[in-house]
Amino acid sequence: MSDRVAVIGVGQTHHKAKRDDVSIAGLVREAALRALDDAGLGWSDIDAVVIGKAPDMFEGVMMPELYLAPALGAVGKPIFRVHTAGSVGGSTALVAAHLVTSGVHQRVLTVAFEKQSDSDAMWALSVPQPFSAPLLAGAGGYFAPHIRAYMHRSGAPRDIGMKVAVKDRLHALRNPYAHLHLPDISLKMVEESIMLWDPLHYLESCPSSDGAAAMVLGSENAAAAAEAATGRRPAWVHGMAMRSEPTMFAGRDQINPRAGRECAADVYRQAGVTNPRRDFDCAEVYVPFSWYEPMWLENLGFCDQGDGWKLTDDGATFIDGGDIPWNCSGGVLSSNPIGASGMLRFLEVALQVRGQAGDHQVDGVRRALGQAYGGGSQFFAMWVLGVDKP
Amino acid sequence: MPPTPTPRLGTRPVAVVSFAQTDNLRRESHRNEVETLMPVFADVFGNVGITKDDIDFICSGSTDYLVGGPFSFVSALDAIGVWPPRRESHVEMDAAWALYEAVVALQDDDVDTALVYGFGKSSLGQLDKIMALQLDPYVLAPLWPDPVSLAALQARALLDAGLATEDDFAAVAARSRKAALANPKAQVAYDRSVADLLADDYVVAPLRKHAVPPITDGAAAMVLAVGDRAWEWAERAGVQPAWITGIDHRVETHSLGARDLTVSPSTRKAGDVAGVADGPVDVAELHAPFAPQELILADALGLDALGRDGSAVDVNPSGGPLAANPLMAGGLIRIGEAASRIMNRTAGRAVAHATSGPALQQNLVAVLEGAS
Repeated sequence: MSDRVAVIGVGQTHHKAKRDDVSIAGLVREAALRALDDAGLGWSDIDAVVIGKAPDMFEGVMMPELYLAPALGAVGKPIFRVHTAGSVGGSTALVAAHLVTSGVHQRVLTVAFEKQSDSDAMWALSVPQPFSAPLLAGAGGYFAPHIRAYMHRSGAPRDIGMKVAVKDRLHALRNPYAHLHLPDISLKMVEESIMLWDPLHYLESCPSSDGAAAMVLGSENAAAAAEAATGRRPAWVHGMAMRSEPTMFAGRDQINPRAGRECAADVYRQAGVTNPRRDFDCAEVYVPFSWYEPMWLENLGFCDQGDGWKLTDDGATFIDGGDIPWNCSGGVLSSNPIGASGMLRFLEVALQVRGQAGDHQVDGVRRALGQAYGGGSQFFAMWVLGVDKP
Repeated sequence: MPPTPTPRLGTRPVAVVSFAQTDNLRRESHRNEVETLMPVFADVFGNVGITKDDIDFICSGSTDYLVGGPFSFVSALDAIGVWPPRRESHVEMDAAWALYEAVVALQDDDVDTALVYGFGKSSLGQLDKIMALQLDPYVLAPLWPDPVSLAALQARALLDAGLATEDDFAAVAARSRKAALANPKAQVAYDRSVADLLADDYVVAPLRKHAVPPITDGAAAMVLAVGDRAWEWAERAGVQPAWITGIDHRVETHSLGARDLTVSPSTRKAGDVAGVADGPVDVAELHAPFAPQELILADALGLDALGRDGSAVDVNPSGGPLAANPLMAGGLIRIGEAASRIMNRTAGRAVAHATSGPALQQNLVAVLEGAS
């Protein structure tokens, strides 16, 4: 038997290229304090802390949760560290949610961060390993061939990726926390930016950010108490799932991974979603490189195979006039503190469901999807949040 | 079937039904992590006669800093072959915490079985340098304090407080290494007197060579199951299920100067929540890499009086971490050794412990019970 769980507090930092004004501890504490304030709670109300981040080499601190325990009010409590590659922000929230649905805890603080300016992620991703072919290419170089294969398979025109890049940066102008604010963004500007990994221009890639995200997850009783104290409604979890598949395996489709499709099918079943484009009011999906919007539109079943680019082309995913706005926060293309990027997707749908998204709020959100992926398109974490108590 | 013990965590009782580990070696020079794990999975599945397709949830513990590259857990997944796609998660912690995540996941109606594993090839790098990177990056790590020196500070605090003597440290080492003679997986085992051990040189005073754990390459894996499935699989393995009736973990502050290093309040609290004192304890497996730490942990858990008839509990009959100490798997191995004693019916109630961080900063305690 599973208990209900809801998001009852949300907090994030302003994401920037360098947060020289704070230590790593200061960064995570900033997000955590905002989440506690939003929930109307203090440190002593929290039963446990679940923290996630991408590889430790991104900052050069091994198992940093040990050093961060006092900054997150965890002394004398359980603190738990998740690492599932790029999906980690999402899976960290799911591990925290399970601590509530299992009845172990009432209120769990979950935090994710990356302080990329402390190290060099490109280097950390490219360290030569024995018996493995060195990529020396970072993430973009790894994914560009998959994108070209998608273009070939779907017949998508070459400008689709650039349209995503413009759309998400227009969205980011409405989000004060976003790293990139590019008021002059245009197709021409994207096209004229340097080509990094064909077909990805510089402006079709995510930035490197310092930032943190935090949420307080609560049980049914905790949610009722928080709503009574703050007047802010909980965002109920209607479904959650994780799936993994191997990196290298001749039988896998890296363009449309089976793990992603099955993860989506699992959360849709739990949430009673049969037609995602109709049943969701918005979605926050991990799109670190522009072309992953059409690819994930298909993987997540928002359209038929091969049609993802048409939704992007038609403006269906744009907050103004689109029927299924994606990444109204600006998404990973506008803020990328890697370990927190997945949690920001999960957190942004909580803001939408709670009506707290400000200038990038979609009207009348009842139900929304958060998705994160990682590794070589092989690790997936998703949740569905809704206004209604499930 | 006898009645299933009621768990303190959650509502669905979880049991260990199979455990396997590698030989623990100073240097595994012929096999990478995947090749190290594959025979462990063959053993842990083979005990029950199952395959990976019978597993609902997978969780592992490891750290990138031993390999010196990102995502060491990703390639390790190839030792299982996660196809079709599986529910899978990873903690950058000792695999004892992966076990904790699995016990929580098994509370979900959709998850009846789990595989938990951990691995560490400590020989690949310089541990004294690597472990310093685990410390506060602004004020501690730049000084490069090595783990033996930090444990020596803790040992010195015990001596200065009059809570232990160097003889006590040597007695822990003598008992552990002697017990390890009966453990075919042990790396360091011998029968030497306390007086003989006290002739060892200091590594970092007051820690002599015998009080310091070996550097170990190794891996371990465990199969968990819920309720009726646990009874069924344990019967197929010819064992009784080792029910995890309590499990909890706690952390202390990071700054060594802000802690009393002679006590372990996090272990005490975790032990209270896990219910250690709810009954007599036949055996305890403590993740005390340095000999003096065993004294601190035994005190925190009250093991001196929790044996049958109020006697002292039998501690680390496997030899403990002084016999083999593969990082990231060492805590899980303590739970596996304790579970094995329940499974083979040589113990009725066992306590297992895992630690992480400098000088016992973070601690996990589990209670395992047979049905009788």
